[in-house]
Amino acid sequence: MAALADAGIDPAEVDGMSTYTMDNNPEIELFRNIGGRELKFFSRIHYGGGAACAPIMHAAMAVATGVAEVVVCYRAMNERSQYRFGAAFTPDVLPTAEIAHYGNYVPFGLASPASWVAMSARRYMHEHGATSEDFGRVAVGFRDFAATNPKAWFYQQPISMEDHQASRWIVEPLHLLDCCQESDGAVAVVVTTAERARKLRHAPAIIRAAAQGSCDDQQMMTSYYRPDVTQLSEMKLVARQLYASAGIGPDNVQAAILYDHFSPFVLPQLEAFGFAKKGQARDFVREGQIARGGRLPVNTNGGQLGEAYIHGLNGVAEGVRLVRGQSANQPGACRNVIVTAGTGVPTSGLILSSD
Amino acid sequence: MIRRWCEAMGEENPLYVDAAAAAAQGFAAPVSPPAMLEVWTMARFRDTGRTAEDSMPVLNLFDEAGYTGVVATNIEQEYDRYLVEGDRISYTAVVDEVSPEKRTGLGIGHFVTIRYEFTDQNGDPVGRTLLRVLKFKPNLAQPAAASLSSAAEFSHPRPAITHDNAHYWEGISRRELLIQQCASCGQMRHPPGPGCPKCRSLEWHAVKASGRAKLHSFVVVHQPRIPSLQYPLPVLLVELEEGVRLIANGVGLPEKDIVVDMPLRLDWVEIEPGYVLPAFRAPDGEA
Repeated sequence: MAALADAGIDPAEVDGMSTYTMDNNPEIELFRNIGGRELKFFSRIHYGGGAACAPIMHAAMAVATGVAEVVVCYRAMNERSQYRFGAAFTPDVLPTAEIAHYGNYVPFGLASPASWVAMSARRYMHEHGATSEDFGRVAVGFRDFAATNPKAWFYQQPISMEDHQASRWIVEPLHLLDCCQESDGAVAVVVTTAERARKLRHAPAIIRAAAQGSCDDQQMMTSYYRPDVTQLSEMKLVARQLYASAGIGPDNVQAAILYDHFSPFVLPQLEAFGFAKKGQARDFVREGQIARGGRLPVNTNGGQLGEAYIHGLNGVAEGVRLVRGQSANQPGACRNVIVTAGTGVPTSGLILSSD
Repeated sequence: MIRRWCEAMGEENPLYVDAAAAAAQGFAAPVSPPAMLEVWTMARFRDTGRTAEDSMPVLNLFDEAGYTGVVATNIEQEYDRYLVEGDRISYTAVVDEVSPEKRTGLGIGHFVTIRYEFTDQNGDPVGRTLLRVLKFKPNLAQPAAASLSSAAEFSHPRPAITHDNAHYWEGISRRELLIQQCASCGQMRHPPGPGCPKCRSLEWHAVKASGRAKLHSFVVVHQPRIPSLQYPLPVLLVELEEGVRLIANGVGLPEKDIVVDMPLRLDWVEIEPGYVLPAFRAPDGEA
């Protein structure tokens, strides 16, 4: 409702809804409760946080084809208080392919998202010389932004590298402060035609490019069988599509929201989008380029490590604020902002632009 | 035999057991219930179960192809005359129809329709049966899962068995690490799957891994914890010399000795009686 009020659109005009899996709020329940009238487009995209940017893409396609005019993309979860993603996962013994997948990991104790990411992170460190301090620089930078974002869970609670290094192990090589929080919260984003958006209350954020990607022997969090487990091949696929669709390159991007359920995967994302060569993102991070005042401020809202873990859709909202010049940590005018979705899974991404 | 059958079936018609009742109907002696037609041709009871010779060859073919389950779905019978003591009954059976593969509640299978012609000692027909059975692949037995009532026992997590991975876990239970190899292009693949990602062939065979491997990556899990496991828990991403990788634990491998790219050898640990998992150790003084 707040998103519609911000846009100045009556809820009765909503005719599309899009979300992604692992959300417990069915489209029609939400639609009924906002007083929706006629729902003409609804989609729910698979693979959890990897789909964080995909509802925007699906909504844009629905609007572009005339299937719907006003699509609400949403995410609402009581993950902290109700259903915890970070828990050790012990699947039912049901003979489906998705459950069978976990049989390759859980009986050996590789049972949590942190552990699945840590396995790739260890290899990345081994091959490319990144260190726990590099992951710490990512976390410290995001918590610095969170500390000055009044809406962040960790508002006014910055951390130091010493705090990071002293925090307890979750899954070596990941410390507690490499891992995002679990949050209760919700985000909604309204997608409509550019013509309509220009007539609304605020300056619009233009969806300049949107893409999904899955490739290179993709597994759910455990793509350990591809030749190079240090790279996020699916994010490279998304990056290639986004740059081609938008007709721009990394030099034209002023800020980025990179999915940070765990700090290590921020590095290969910087490489996937061409801000650093393969294996060299540690240098970009060590130079302070993703922190406040850097060449590419990343996760100016504090990210999921600092603001909240709303499964990536809060990153889309921050992307909108950046191109509108409304971020709590606005780094200056942002013509183009990259937003990415969950890493290690089939993923998605956006380039949002000022009009 | 007739008396036993009638008792079992609840058949109380005196015609089948009482000479006087049979005589009243014009028969010299009690007659066989018509529905026993097939019974006179059945193999004798064996307490060790059926032998192959007792079975229909066509059904054996299904057994060999993995469709080991059987359930009768239709029986239609016609009788030409009452059978009497002294008749010797034989039959010929013709497979009338085999259906396309069907997905049923019992499992994937084919309906097989068989027509039987029964004749007496003179070669004269005495009846016919149309029998339709479903020969199916029984839904795969799953490892005993912790039921709600036994959840407090915190049994070790078990894999889910599917048609695509059953060979892999069955191999592990025999302490054989089986890796799929495409029968067409020779590509090795893991985790198990039905198709070759390289050449798209659905034909494959399993290769027993040599057990020589090296460590591609590893983690040490501290949190969160599964109650049945011991922590801190190292977990290994192992690269077999056959070229595929898999996740396993170490055995006799202290955390301080674990380094990326170290050589490893396959071993086995019995987690619970009958539940074996692969594990890897350092080579014993090998080069």
